[in-house]
Formats: sequence, structure tokens, C-alpha cells
Amino acid sequence: MSDHAAAAEGAGHPQPKYMLIWLYLFILTVSELGIAFLPIAKWMIVTTLLVMAVWKALLVALYYMHLKWEPARLRLVALAPLPFVAIMIVVIMMEYV
Amino acid sequence: MAHAAAIDRPPERGLDVYTQKVGMWVFLCSEVMFFTGLIGSYVVLRFGASDAWGAPGEVLNVPVTAVNTFILICSSVTMVKAFAAAEAGDQKGIRTFLLATTLLGATFLGIQAYEYTELVRHGEWQGSHGFTPAAGLYGATFFTMTGFHGFHVFIGVLCLSWATIQAFKGRWGPEHCHGIEVIGLYWHFVDLVWIILFTIVYLI
Repeated sequence: MSDHAAAAEGAGHPQPKYMLIWLYLFILTVSELGIAFLPIAKWMIVTTLLVMAVWKALLVALYYMHLKWEPARLRLVALAPLPFVAIMIVVIMMEYV
Repeated sequence: MAHAAAIDRPPERGLDVYTQKVGMWVFLCSEVMFFTGLIGSYVVLRFGASDAWGAPGEVLNVPVTAVNTFILICSSVTMVKAFAAAEAGDQKGIRTFLLATTLLGATFLGIQAYEYTELVRHGEWQGSHGFTPAAGLYGATFFTMTGFHGFHVFIGVLCLSWATIQAFKGRWGPEHCHGIEVIGLYWHFVDLVWIILFTIVYLI
């Protein structure tokens, strides 16, 4: 909530540590490369890689796209397609149930 | 009467965000659905015929694409730095970071062009020489997904080139930085899509 207070106070939004986010993204990408070729079960690799990809996507959306500091109503707009994405994925996966 | 009542009402607050930004977000929502369609069909096809796909690194050049991923991530940093510079009124920063973002985007496209050329000329897949969009489901989905993403990067580089030229003309500043933010939103989204695509197309 302190972020919202900071955003409401004035100069738009606080300046996040962009280079730190870059470092996270870099480390996650390098780790992904390592995990992709590990001699472990495929489903474990796939699950781990997907979690890491979503993690990276969230970092970009929250910090680089400033979603963390936007008004709740705009965040709602940004989240709007996700239920449809979920429906699409569920319906697609039902092909194989 | 109704007309007069409408005039008397205070203006609506809307989303508390300027219109261009709302417009870009709504556009990005449609883009999410566009890429979900592509990724969804990829998942269906791949689950249905998993032996029609190569193991990671078997056909596709993972090291080169990893470098490309890194380049795109770097371009996202330079983009936010350009916007931060615009908000701070740092003209030199705006020019430097916008130019860097444009060049990094163009480098991504150059490496992708190299990757495509190498795949078409020397790619080996299921006994056939040359990995093209006609190389079964694997080739078709690979070129469709990365191709559409590359097209998005291309549009982004065009917008960034314009923004950079404007920067050298002194257009951007603390009072005039919406354009950079809106182009930035698009650019970060393109980076975000690549993060997902790189994982599911190259690493899984």
C-alpha cells in the first residue's frame, strides 16, 4: 500500500530499481537454459520452465510496464483478457481428457 | 431536460489515466488474445503429435536465440530508462536510451533473420534438408509464432525510430512524455511475449 501512497503523492510513480529487475530477468533466463537440458523428468522441466516464464513476464508487467503503480481500475483492464486465456487453455486441454 | 442534466453532471473520472495509455492497454488486451490463439493451437498440435517436434537444441539454435532473448531484455531496460529520462527532462538521456532501444530492437531482427536463413539453408529435420515453414507441424508452428512476434518487433522498431528522430528534434520532456510511455508499453509487451515464446518454442 505504501507504493500507492507514493504514487498519489505527486511525481507519478516511484522509480523502481530497473537494473535490479534486469538482473533478475538475466539470472532467470540463464537458469532456464540450464534447467532445459537437465537429465530429469520432462514434466518437471516443463513445469519449472513455465513457472519461471510467468515469473519473468510478471516482472516485466509489474515493473517495466508500471502496472504496480497504476490505478486499480487500469490494472483491471490489463487483467481483463486473462479469464478468457484461462477458458481457452482449459477448453483446449479438454481435447485430451 | 435530460440534456441539461447531462451537462450539469461533473465530468467522469474514467480510469484516472490519460486516454492514449488506456487505448494502448486495450490494444494489448487484444494482443494477448491474439498470441493466446497462436500458443493455444501450438499446444493442441504438440500434445496431439509430440513425436513431430524436435528436442530442445536438436533443430533450433538455442545459444543464438538465448543471446537474442538477452538483447530484448536489455532493450526493455533502455526503454524504461528513456521514459525515466523524459520524466526528468534529461534530453541527453532520452536520446541515448531511445537510440539504444531502437538499435537493440534492430539487432534482434538481424539475428532472427540470420537464424531463419541458417534454418532454411542448413536445418536438418526428419531426414529432409532445410527447416522451412513447410517442414511439417514443427516448421509451420515455429515460423508462424516467431514470425508474428518478429513482425511485432519490426513495428516496434519503426515506432522507436520515429520516437528517436523526435528526440533529436527535442520533442520529449517532462510535459511531453506520453508518447514514449505508450510506445514503451507496446515494447515491453513484445518483450513479455518473447519471454513466453522462448520458453515454450525453444526450451520445452
